[in-house]
Amino acid sequence: MNPVWVIASITFREAARKKILWTALVVGIGFVIVFGAGLYYQLTDLRNSNIAPFLRYQLLSATLMIGLYTVDLLAVVMTILTSLDTISGEIASGTIQAIATKPVARWQVLIGKWAGFVAMLAVYVGAMFSGTLAAGYWIAGVSLQNPISGGSLVYLECLVVLTATFLVGTWFSTLTNGVIVLGLHGLAFLGGWLEQMSGFAQGSGLVTLGVVSSLIMPTEAIWRRAAFLMQPPLAGALQSSPFANVSVPSGAMVGYAGFYMLLMLALAIYHFQRRDL
Amino acid sequence: MRNLSLRVPRGEIFGFLGPNGAGKSTSIKMLLGLVSPSGGEAFVLGAPSGDVEIRRKIGFLPEDFRFYQWLTATELLEFHGRLCGMDAEKLRERVPYLLDLVGLAPHQGKRLQGFSKGMLQRIGLAQALIHDPEVIFLDEPTSGLDPMGRRLVRDIIRAQRDRGATVFLNSHLLSEIEVTCDQVVFIRDGEIVTTRDLRSQRNENVRVTVRARKMTPQTIAGLSQWATCSQLDGESLTLTANSREELPEILGYLVQSGSAPFEFTPHRISLEDLFMEIVGEDRGL
Repeated sequence: MNPVWVIASITFREAARKKILWTALVVGIGFVIVFGAGLYYQLTDLRNSNIAPFLRYQLLSATLMIGLYTVDLLAVVMTILTSLDTISGEIASGTIQAIATKPVARWQVLIGKWAGFVAMLAVYVGAMFSGTLAAGYWIAGVSLQNPISGGSLVYLECLVVLTATFLVGTWFSTLTNGVIVLGLHGLAFLGGWLEQMSGFAQGSGLVTLGVVSSLIMPTEAIWRRAAFLMQPPLAGALQSSPFANVSVPSGAMVGYAGFYMLLMLALAIYHFQRRDL
Repeated sequence: MRNLSLRVPRGEIFGFLGPNGAGKSTSIKMLLGLVSPSGGEAFVLGAPSGDVEIRRKIGFLPEDFRFYQWLTATELLEFHGRLCGMDAEKLRERVPYLLDLVGLAPHQGKRLQGFSKGMLQRIGLAQALIHDPEVIFLDEPTSGLDPMGRRLVRDIIRAQRDRGATVFLNSHLLSEIEVTCDQVVFIRDGEIVTTRDLRSQRNENVRVTVRARKMTPQTIAGLSQWATCSQLDGESLTLTANSREELPEILGYLVQSGSAPFEFTPHRISLEDLFMEIVGEDRGL
């Protein structure tokens, strides 16, 4: 059996056996239930009002977008919390020594672990995203455009965060890793809002600041691209929201995020190969 | 580490001694490719240290072995076996054998989180042996073990040597090293202080104190074929035997000659004395 596969499967099983994945999914199911109940009450209120069916649909779609934005935030936090100590923690405890002295190259150890999390996140993001979309469709009868593209971008966002924790984890301790990656995501979040603010003040330095923030950490930019692809027109017209189409990242930003992730993975491998364990 | 130059012959149990901070674990890590030396080179089985393929022939028990707490003993060995490229059929045979060898067969389905420190050491030793390695590095293999566990580990180490494996042993327990190793090297501050062949030391002259009730001048004269007698003080006789190997014969002679010996104590410079002499008494172990 290929060592990458051996390590990937134990990493995936670790998440299942340590109940991380299941706890996250139970919390996720709880979220979908609460979201579904909220959507149901909104639908009831709207039916009792005189709002036109078209507008009603737009409002319900906007609520669905809020639900997906929450899924996006939960997925990013879940990614950071689960993968935070997989490299740094095992280096600190010495667990990695028994693995790294087997006939396995270090890059295989790192890629194996990364692949295990990639698989676990596919299950988590897939379940959460499709659960929320299903709640929207079955309860309120609303569906979004391009759900597969949108879901794939949210998954890509998680993979960027995952790779960042891997890279930082080859350099720093678990706690420092968490502070750095959450800080980077916070920067991306701030950058996204700054770019939107720039929609009201064309040509301001806010655009530059927002773009630079997105280049340093493109996670929020990926979400805004996903939101742009999925959202109904009204939600997009809501200025100063996580779905605003004032300043939509282009497809090139998605390409950049993919390149950024691969570069971080390559750097993580490079440093992990050379560092003392 | 400075000027550390070692040659470990195949098929030997090689002891690595030195005080805390001497660089013992670092040396092992360098040989295994876990730590890169700032200069110099190391070869294990003719391959540069850190070579991935040569690790198929190397086993390693890290100091204070720890692993995923959620794995059972069987799963841990299967995982390490698969990393070494072993197939399911081989593992079905090898895993129960090793669990039995280290005395953990009754705990095969138990998760590591319920293991004591000694049990973790045992399962750590089993994972180091999973692929029948030619060279085995053991970093403090008996720490955390009770006397029975120590004896078990000692027997396993000897059995590995007897099947032709080379064992590189790093331990604080000098008495363990003394009875197990063929050769030892003392290091201090990253440098080799001295190397000792314990097999030849076992054949060196040894001073013995004998206490017996009826020791006659004739009996003492008869001892000259094995030993040089120095002094008789009442019931107590001190003699220097030519070889440790001859001690049973001397004792047998004393019994047969009707001396009624009730104490027979060989004295020799223990490894601990040697350690203190070489490393200096002001340094802890």
